[in-house]
Amino acid sequence: MKIKSLEELKKIREESMGGVNLRHGEARGESIEILVGMGTCGISAGARGILNRFVDELAKKKIDNVRVIPVGCIGYCHSEPTVQINIPGQEPVLYGNITEDKVKDIVESHIHKGVVIQNLKIDIRHTRG
Amino acid sequence: MAKERTNILVCAGTGCLASESEKVAKNLELIVRARGYSDEVKIVKTGCFGFCEQGPIVKIEPDNIFYVRVGPKDAKDIVDEQIVKGRKVERLLFKESEKDKVVDKHEEMSFYKKQLRIALKNCGLINPEDIYEYIALGGYEALGKVLISMTRNEVINEVKESGLRGRGGGGFPTGLKWGITKEQDSEVKFMVCNADEGDPGAFMDRSILEGDPHSVLEAMAIGGYAIGADKGLIYIRAEYPLAIARLNIALKQARELGLLGENIFGTDFSFDIDIKLGAGAFVCGEETALLNSCEGQRGEPNFKPPFPAEEGYWGHPTCVNNVETLANIPAIINRGGKWFSSIGTEKSSGTKVFALAGKVNNVGLVEVPMGITLREIIFDIGGGIPNGKKFKAVQTGGPSGGVITEKDLDTPIDYDSLIAKGSMMGSGGMIVMDEDDNMVNIAKFYLEFTMDEACGKCGPGRIGTIRIYELLKKITSGNATMADLDAIKQLCYMVKDSSLCGLCQTAPNPVISTMKHFWNEYLDFIKDVDHPQGEGKYAAKNKIQKQA
Repeated sequence: MKIKSLEELKKIREESMGGVNLRHGEARGESIEILVGMGTCGISAGARGILNRFVDELAKKKIDNVRVIPVGCIGYCHSEPTVQINIPGQEPVLYGNITEDKVKDIVESHIHKGVVIQNLKIDIRHTRG
Repeated sequence: MAKERTNILVCAGTGCLASESEKVAKNLELIVRARGYSDEVKIVKTGCFGFCEQGPIVKIEPDNIFYVRVGPKDAKDIVDEQIVKGRKVERLLFKESEKDKVVDKHEEMSFYKKQLRIALKNCGLINPEDIYEYIALGGYEALGKVLISMTRNEVINEVKESGLRGRGGGGFPTGLKWGITKEQDSEVKFMVCNADEGDPGAFMDRSILEGDPHSVLEAMAIGGYAIGADKGLIYIRAEYPLAIARLNIALKQARELGLLGENIFGTDFSFDIDIKLGAGAFVCGEETALLNSCEGQRGEPNFKPPFPAEEGYWGHPTCVNNVETLANIPAIINRGGKWFSSIGTEKSSGTKVFALAGKVNNVGLVEVPMGITLREIIFDIGGGIPNGKKFKAVQTGGPSGGVITEKDLDTPIDYDSLIAKGSMMGSGGMIVMDEDDNMVNIAKFYLEFTMDEACGKCGPGRIGTIRIYELLKKITSGNATMADLDAIKQLCYMVKDSSLCGLCQTAPNPVISTMKHFWNEYLDFIKDVDHPQGEGKYAAKNKIQKQA
């Protein structure tokens, strides 16, 4: 297909964005991070499915300033799968016992509207040095 | 099917390929598939990250983890730890040499901290063999904007306003060159990309072509529109097989999408590009020699004027721009000449890519704003001198430049300040030397190179460079007299003043500048005088008179 106008180029750009939107290069703005615990405990409790659901949901809602990152175990094995949401300038929030159907709620409520879902939240009782 | 959640970027520049990055990518691919993660993880082969010292480089996105010196055997750990379990593979992270501090993120590494990437912005970020990735990051929008909404003069004025100067070494204002070529009254004009990168140790043009070929194609089309050419040529040395292969892929893809060819963007502008392979002669980087070689003649320079902008390829007005110069053009069109001129110094705007090599910890490709000091490049970005040795000098401008010593390390660098210090910007090679290096030998090395590469057309270049080299050989063998030092000095200025083209006009620079800064090292080789402190000129003359 030949591109015959700027609009057509922009359309191809839109369609191709999905292929590179995980990459930020060196210029990295302040973005929200979703950390999914992927230790052995997390994986056996279904963390991989959770992680992929997050990626799906964000893509569906076209939210692009969020990075979904697999991380290791943080020691809350009793509440796996766990997900930590880091919004720049705010205290990190840790959610536990996440199931795939709750992913949508977290994206809609916490990421989109900024409202923490209290009944999923685990109190972080440790400080990081 | 799940969406991709991770991209593994593997450097596929020539440097990393030489240390088996192709195998790394293949192993990653196989293991990712074996673990059943093919749908979630994409392996992307990118262009050069610039940190060649530490290659092969593997970067994980969006996690932003930067792995260095990854071997084919490390692929298993990267997949099993990083992808499956989200744990970093500590042993593959970069350690800052002095503090042994482990750094996992790109932008926290001192090698990258002070860099600003415009020409290299897509290198190491996109797959150079996929035009859609270039488009996804805004590629070809500058070309569209130019063709649809700008007049030819507006394009030229934008480039003039940016203050962009030729990155191949000459530093001639690019906008002015475009303007002169546009003003020529001729139906046939040519836009030529000079990819005959020949400075020993410089490889920025190769990396751009390997890592982001479309940026150069787009810029050539923009230039073609501005000057009124419908045909472009890329003159590239045959020693760059990977760059040539990626250029050919890029050309094919651009033609398929109608971004090159007839009636681009539905306008009446047509433009296409051919590749011409050079045999790798240093002199063919000189634009008139380059054009002679393109025409199938011997790669020898012509007397200027007429300049190629007036009479170039087959006698038609031709604009010759270097690869790195062109790679800046799309950004200038997209973000404006004013933005570009706000970077760098007043007379040298924008950034410059340097190939950092020699006795320095972080060998690689760095892009920095003009006006940065050599100290910042060598000690902050380059990580200083290995093995606790002392810095002695840095050669900028390759065999056409000169040495810069400790006392000038804090001079902000741009085209003019380097010339004032007796060196030059050149294409951006930067060779760092430590206390163990003998400067006469360094000068001899460069003269050996220019002697071999001098084309032979003019007398001063053909004979002069050989005589300088012979004298240097005589000096280093310990058989020279003060009179020889005098002779070499005279000869240097004679060759400099009377050669036909830039190659030999600048060839004596390494000798002149090492004599200026390290006169004592020359004297150490001389046996016939009791080491006079000054320039040696009068002592040498006296000696001759005495003998007579």
